Formats: sequence, structure tokens, C-alpha cells
Amino acid sequence: MPLFDSLYNFARWLTHNREEAEDLVQETYAKALKGFPSFLPGTNFRAWIFRILRNTFLTSRTGLKITMTTSLDSDENESVAPATTETPESLLIERSNQKMVQEAIEELPLNFREVILLCDVEEMSYQEIAETISIPIGTVMSRLARARSALRRTLTKKLQGG
Amino acid sequence: MACDLRRGKIEAYADAELSADEMRAMGEHLRGCASCTSDLLGHTQLKRAIHTAGERFSPSSTLRERVEKTLPRRRSAKSVWYWVPILGATAAIIVLGFLALQRWSASQREQVYAELADLHVAALASSNPVDIISTDRHTVKPWFQGRIPFTFNLPELASTPFTLEGGRVSYLDQSPGAQLIFKIGNHRISVFIFQNRLDRRFTSSDSQSKRLTFNVETWTENDLRYFAIGDANAEDIHKLSELLRNAARS
Repeated sequence: MPLFDSLYNFARWLTHNREEAEDLVQETYAKALKGFPSFLPGTNFRAWIFRILRNTFLTSRTGLKITMTTSLDSDENESVAPATTETPESLLIERSNQKMVQEAIEELPLNFREVILLCDVEEMSYQEIAETISIPIGTVMSRLARARSALRRTLTKKLQGG
Repeated sequence: MACDLRRGKIEAYADAELSADEMRAMGEHLRGCASCTSDLLGHTQLKRAIHTAGERFSPSSTLRERVEKTLPRRRSAKSVWYWVPILGATAAIIVLGFLALQRWSASQREQVYAELADLHVAALASSNPVDIISTDRHTVKPWFQGRIPFTFNLPELASTPFTLEGGRVSYLDQSPGAQLIFKIGNHRISVFIFQNRLDRRFTSSDSQSKRLTFNVETWTENDLRYFAIGDANAEDIHKLSELLRNAARS
């Protein structure tokens, strides 16, 4: 099955729940199979199937709860905060702090979390991310910059024991 | 912090999202700008840390099986290609087996024809080619009674170019049978009649062929196998065979 491990990993990050993630992956494959005739050959399959998973999640009970409380596109008109490299290198290098990074990712709002995961874990291009989330590339860049800044701040706070 | 000119480009550079020209220009800038280089290092380290931390969850084998069960199996295409070599091999075995059987039968047939030709020649070369000398079919036929385990009919040859010269007991595959000698012109034809135990060697009931320059015709009638062999032409052999066939059916 193509992208099975990646889709499950992404689903877990979105849902924070094993059973929900499993159902989400299963439903994604079912939908992808059903809708495969609509997939245009030559277009990006990875972006297509990740978009199915994300949309399925957003219409699930957990997804709807999140979208009702936060706006996924709230960052579009906000200016990008200056990038900061305040996070100590040691924190990022030491494997013992992997858990701290994971916790920091978990604490990110969904729109930041997904864009960071797609870029740095799935190593998608900005174009692929734009197709997956259905937003313009410019928005991908600004959201990514804000997400990373937020992550750095969280990590710095955690490192300082805050 | 990156210098003002390059701010915003550092992340795109770390994500390899700049155009080739921009990447080259940024590379040159980084060689002389400690601030941007430090910024790039921070971005790269963060990316690496996110990548490592982000690959966190692995699906269970149960989920994999569950999802696989919901997917349609490529049964038709797979089964076709799966069976192709098996069917091919089976067909090849059948064909080879058939060819081997044909070859074996042909070789067995040749052996029988050679043996019959020997019997024919040996009889003609003998000072007593036949044990019962008679041109009368009603004398020749009863002579075989008690000598061979079957009986047969002989045709009336009065209005034909053939003459019956007599008969003798002959053996093929240790089985007794009748050898009848007919004359047409200066040619002699031996007709052998045996119980039909040679079917595996003679797949078709009737056949004509030429063996060792002798013409041979063979057929079955009333569960008996007939062979007509001689140096007469094939047409005469066939005529005599037809007379014997008709006599057997009467």
C-alpha cells in the first residue's frame, strides 16, 4: 500500500489518538479507492491522498471540534514574526530532547502542526503542501515561518523550565 | 539573525525552495555573512529535529491487514499471469508426452512391418511357402480350424485377377495367426490375420504405406487385424484388401 506508514504517522499527529488514526487511515484508503478515477494521472498522488486524509479528518468529530474552536486560516493576514534562532543547538542535537520536540509539536495549533509535519517530516515541497491543504503557496510560506517561530518559542520556554 | 536583505529567504533556502539563481546567489551571500549563516544553521537544525521527532508513530500489522482486506485484490490479472507458466508447462508436458507416444508407436509399427516383411520373404523363399496348398477358399479356411484361436472369411476370387495359393500358420508377438498367400500376375501378396492386440501401435484402423519397397495395407475387421503386404502395386494390394474386407463383413 502506497504511503501507508506516512499516512498513519500524519493521522496520529492530527488526531492524537491511535484508534481514531487507524479509522482515519482506513477511511482514507476507502475514499481514495472510490475516488481513484477522479485522480488525474500526472498530478501529485501524494498530495492527493494526503488531502483526502486531511479532509476526512476535518469532517470527523475531532476535526470538527477543532475547526469550530479555531480558524485554520487565521494567519493569512498576520505579518510573519521575525525568525528567531534562540533555541539552543544542544537542545536540538541531543536525542534525549526528542520527546521535548514532540511535545512542542503536539502543542502547536492544528494549522501550524500540519504544515510543519508536511514540510519537515514528509519533506513535501511548498507546492505539494499547497495542494494538500488547498491554500496558496504564499500562505504556505508564511504559515510555515509562523509555525517554526511558535515551535522555537515553545522549545525555549520548555528548556528554561517554563 | 539574518540580515535585512536576506530575511525571509533563509527558510526557503533551507527548504530548497529557491530558484537555481536564487540558491546560487544565497550561497555566495552566506560565504560572507556570519549572521545569515548562523540563522541558516538554526533553521537546518530545527528541521532535522522536527524530522526526527515527527517520525513517531508506526502502524500496527493488524491495521495493515485490516486495510488490505478492504482493498480489491488484483486477482484477475495476477491469476492469469500466475497460471500462464503452469499451463504452459502442462501443455508442454502433454505435447511432449504425445510426441513421445507417437514416436514410440511409430517405432513399434516399424518393427511389426519389418517382422511381417521377414515372414513374407521367408515364406516365399521356403521350398514350402504354404502348409495348405489350395486355391479353394473352402479348403483353406477350414484348415486353420484348431490351429489358430479365431476364424475368418475368404473372398470369392473367381472373377478377380487374384488367385489364392494357400496358407500357413504364422506367429507375431508369440500369437498365432493366419498367413494367406495370393498371386496376381507374377507378384505374391501375403495377407496376415491376427487377433487385434496391436491397437496401441496402430492408432488408425486403416492405413496404407510403403515399407522396404513392399506395399503394406492394414485394417481391422471383426476384432481382427489384417495386413496385406507384397511387391504388387499399392492399387492391387488395396483391391485385395477390399475383397477381404467385404468377405469379413458378409
